[in-house]
Amino acid sequence: MAERVLMKGNEAIAEAAIRAGCRHYFGYPITPQTEIAAYMAKKMPKIGGVFLQAESEVASINMVYGAAAAGMRVMTSSSSPGISLKAEGLSYIAGSDVPALVVNVQRGGPGLGGIQPSQSDYFQATKGGGHGDYRMIVLAPASVQEMASLTIKGFNLADKYLMTAMILADGTIGQMMEPISFEDAQIETYEKPWALTGTNGERKHNIVNSLYLKPDELEVKNFERYERYKTVEEKEAMWEEYMMEDAEYCVVAFGIASRVAKNAVVAARAEGIKVGLIRPITLWPFPTKPLAAAAEKVKSFISVELNMGQMIEDIRLATGCKKPVSLCNRCGGMIPSPDEVLAAIRKAQKGE
Amino acid sequence: MKTTQILIAGFGGQGVLFAGKFLAYKGLTENLQVSWLPSYGPEMRGGTANCSVILSEDPVGSPIVTAPDVLIAMNLPSLQKYVDTVVPGGKIIVDSTLIDAKVERTDVEAFYLPATQLAKDAGFATLANMVLVGKLMKECSAVPFAGNRQTLESFIPAKKANLIDINCQALQTGYDF
Amino acid sequence: MAVVFKKPKALTDAPFHYCPGCPHGIIHRLVAEVIDELGIKGKAIGVAPVGCAVMAYDYFACDMIEAAHGRAPAVATGIKRCRPENVVFTYQGDGDLASIGMAETVHSAARNENITVIFVNNAIYGMTGGQMAPTSLPGQVTQTSPYGRDVNHCGWPIKVSEMLSTLEGPEFIARVAVNNVKNVNAAKKAIKKAFQNQIDGKGFSLVEVVSACPTNWGMTPQKALEWVESDMLPYYPIGVYKDRTAAKEGK
Repeated sequence: MAERVLMKGNEAIAEAAIRAGCRHYFGYPITPQTEIAAYMAKKMPKIGGVFLQAESEVASINMVYGAAAAGMRVMTSSSSPGISLKAEGLSYIAGSDVPALVVNVQRGGPGLGGIQPSQSDYFQATKGGGHGDYRMIVLAPASVQEMASLTIKGFNLADKYLMTAMILADGTIGQMMEPISFEDAQIETYEKPWALTGTNGERKHNIVNSLYLKPDELEVKNFERYERYKTVEEKEAMWEEYMMEDAEYCVVAFGIASRVAKNAVVAARAEGIKVGLIRPITLWPFPTKPLAAAAEKVKSFISVELNMGQMIEDIRLATGCKKPVSLCNRCGGMIPSPDEVLAAIRKAQKGE
Repeated sequence: MKTTQILIAGFGGQGVLFAGKFLAYKGLTENLQVSWLPSYGPEMRGGTANCSVILSEDPVGSPIVTAPDVLIAMNLPSLQKYVDTVVPGGKIIVDSTLIDAKVERTDVEAFYLPATQLAKDAGFATLANMVLVGKLMKECSAVPFAGNRQTLESFIPAKKANLIDINCQALQTGYDF
Repeated sequence: MAVVFKKPKALTDAPFHYCPGCPHGIIHRLVAEVIDELGIKGKAIGVAPVGCAVMAYDYFACDMIEAAHGRAPAVATGIKRCRPENVVFTYQGDGDLASIGMAETVHSAARNENITVIFVNNAIYGMTGGQMAPTSLPGQVTQTSPYGRDVNHCGWPIKVSEMLSTLEGPEFIARVAVNNVKNVNAAKKAIKKAFQNQIDGKGFSLVEVVSACPTNWGMTPQKALEWVESDMLPYYPIGVYKDRTAAKEGK
């Protein structure tokens, strides 16, 4: 059995990042993700890395942009209002095709909102947030183990596809402790010939840039980028299916909501309701395949979310609105109980 | 399939989170699946604080304990807030130094021990939390009582190693009550 | 035939897009000459701003990156912290550095970030067509201060060099001008020092270059340079505002 250590979700992200080769962290304090910065502040100086507390989220994401352009594995972390401030940088990073890892340990919004767990940045993460045509790979951990393994995966994918990978977590997964193991960590490395290293007089100068004043050039850039995104969509979608073999109803949930939903599925099965769970692990690319397949056999879907219903739109798109999708949700930092989800499953069974 | 859901609730500063942490590490040493979830936020010293711990032979579903098998109540507001959430047949452990009230439910088992007083008398006034955990370990078989020292050593940093002895004593005090 | 004048190696062959009479060309050239003279072209990484110099990445022959508006010092920080052996510089205008990017400017100075900042102050937003800048003079007419900058309405111009020199952090803060040959030569000296400081590991060095914008000032190039002398320099006096090493050595 692999050696297990007990860690907070936020600390697991930090430790995993270091193991993935990240030696540069730039951030700004915000609840509920401060453990990441604290961990980095303690560890980085001891391993020859850099932890720097920036003057703002805006500055920190631009430091990330610089470090990423310099060819380093680099990250920042924040929570919802802070991610809004980072949106500018995320757009530049996308437009310049450099890789970065950004963590959003979500809290309730909009505005200053609250500090309790939420999933209300689903749209922001999967549909944009910053300006322009771009995508981020969005990874949604549902356990402390996944906080670690998806962080490592995120760095790998970011480098592979030259884009931002976002860990879209929530306050609960960030604050909780569970046993984890790093034994299966796969660290991939990629050549970065485009990086700013200084020409050393040996090559033409590299330019990292997102400005294209000629519309035809900018269009080509965007076309190229979306070709790459297409590959990501084809190859990198990840999901978990639970009790879906004979399911007549399908709960769809990610992150902490999927943990609650799993309890409800077990309880519903005990009542004889044939219900299963599809848990998207990547929110972009969204796992359309298993959902489209489920739409062929289940009677309806139940989207369980900690927001006013955001992922539900992607479920409808993925299933071509073939079957009804109901919403079971709480927001503002509230989390539905397994009983609430069970009630939603019962309602679905009654066709309500 | 055996799962124990534990909720520890009290004021911030009473060691609610530490008590939960001990149980989580205890589960880890016993090769169980565990989760530890604090209430977080402005609930620092003086405010209410609680902590969900789940010890299970199977993967843990929701880490949020909404229907505890065992509740440790370290102050009156916590008892009042959570008494009705305990599952029928569940157990409630009450620090009777700080809580005068009795559990009125008859479908749960309540244990009263003056943990704060016991801790004070024994010279480790800040460890009422661990006295209560000792009692929990006596009344609930989720984890064995043996090997507590080893568990404490696994997560208490070396510079605070002097605290291990009194934590063991506090656990014993509760266990023996 | 002896070569008496040639293009610095640190500049590419791309023709500048700047307006006729714009001193950006001079300032680019000074930076490039310094890079050549210090032999750091292979180590240099430049950060271009948003503003007239937005396409500086096409002109400097070293590795370049284009930053978001005002964020060049943060981007430079990210690069320098990753590659301390490289020479990292930003080239920013007044709107970029002193308005939207003031936080990044002040904090990179406070951290004594070991970078070189070339700050071009021409008292106006050039690229967007002549709006009021944080450094526009009281009474100055711009597109967004058509009746002249009213300090009671929109505040006073910011004297960046004076302000930054009050901080403990930065190593070197100087203001220069490029309105005549003498000043150009002095400007080059200051720029060279700002790069040398970085090479020597001394820290944040900023050179404020008082420049001109004939197009948006609505003046001929000659008249614009005269206006620098008559109006800009009295408000923004040339000088070394902070030199920690010199101060330490009692100079």
